[in-house]
Amino acid sequence: MKFVDEFRDRTIAERIIKKIERFDSLKVNLMEVCGTHTMVIFKQGLKGMLPKNVNLLSGPGCPVCVTSQEDIDKAIELARDRRMIITTFGDMVRVPGTNSSLEKEKANGADVRIIYSPSEALRIARENPDKKVVFLAIGFETTSPLIAASVMDAQKEKIDNFFIFSTHKLIPPAMEALSKSKELNIEGFICPGHVSVTIGSDAYRFIAQKYNVPCVIGGFEALDVLQSIYMLLRQIKENRAEVEIEYFRAVHPQGNIIAQQLISEVFEVTDVRWRGLGIIPRSGLRLRKKFYDYDAEREFQPKVKKGKENPDCACGQVLRGVKKPTQCKLYKRICTPENPYGPCMVSSEGTCAAYYKYG
Amino acid sequence: MCLAIPAKILKIEDNLAQVDMAGVRRQADVRMVNNVRVGEYVLIHAGFAIEKIGEKEAEETLKLLREMA
Repeated sequence: MKFVDEFRDRTIAERIIKKIERFDSLKVNLMEVCGTHTMVIFKQGLKGMLPKNVNLLSGPGCPVCVTSQEDIDKAIELARDRRMIITTFGDMVRVPGTNSSLEKEKANGADVRIIYSPSEALRIARENPDKKVVFLAIGFETTSPLIAASVMDAQKEKIDNFFIFSTHKLIPPAMEALSKSKELNIEGFICPGHVSVTIGSDAYRFIAQKYNVPCVIGGFEALDVLQSIYMLLRQIKENRAEVEIEYFRAVHPQGNIIAQQLISEVFEVTDVRWRGLGIIPRSGLRLRKKFYDYDAEREFQPKVKKGKENPDCACGQVLRGVKKPTQCKLYKRICTPENPYGPCMVSSEGTCAAYYKYG
Repeated sequence: MCLAIPAKILKIEDNLAQVDMAGVRRQADVRMVNNVRVGEYVLIHAGFAIEKIGEKEAEETLKLLREMA
């Protein structure tokens, strides 16, 4: 496939590794923020190819994984209402809430449908005028513009049985929280390539400048990731902290302006809770007042008790990069992809699932 | 979840395009990509084109990688 195969060339990969090996005097912690990068790193066996002095940490860039227990419980509560059709991306269905999951509710008769695109949720709303169709709007800046577009379409077409439950989150505030934390010493970020398509490289400049952490925006093939690591090491060696773009075939400094306009037309920034990271100021998106009619939370007010996470589940620490899945009591012993205890084992891009499958 | 896959534009009508995604024909919303043309490549995420892929830039990246020694 064009733009894929040529970026997986083994000989070139070996050459980049050789260049990385020249920085053997640097012992560094680098974080790949994005879950899709985590998946590539494990699937292509990049961890094993890297020298020991380069330690890769997986970050909080798996949307399902960072969704708070309370939000998961609210989604489950919405599904219990028989007036509803719940539409969602696949990963959410198996995430265990405090007492149930969407999958269990579905088995009990709830109408939960896995969809590929938010436009399918709109279609379902059109075809089922007697039902309330709720889309679980999850994801980062890559996904929120499409959800915004669908809400605008619903308004334009006067579809009044379509709602979203927004748990959208923003990546740069989470990176700032991790940069501030004393728990970890992150010396370089591989920034998420497709979030950056929307927000552009300029959005990370404050991280590089204020916290002195080098950033490289990387693409999603093996050569992209290796080259991003090389570029980070070069910055560290030269005592620079800048934002560089490795993935410049798709990412521009200002990002995608149309996508940014869609987000700000429909959403406003708010404080939200992340699993593992707590409440991060101005790190989430909620619908603006003029779109309140599409807000599932306002319309149906799902009541949940304070969400309870399994006390033995280390997903929160794994998301902050302070624990490896292998250091969790539940990992592999009772928590497996077939029987997951925490979201990091559910999502295919969760760190625990990646360790389980390829680690 | 931020997976986006390269696809070639086959046909455009208003904001909707037919694309070839790894040999599979699919529909994609292209409202977020300015002046996209048939034959160009875009990144598809959840049914929407999120950006064009710069062919020149891709070649430049590969050239850079190949020249590294």
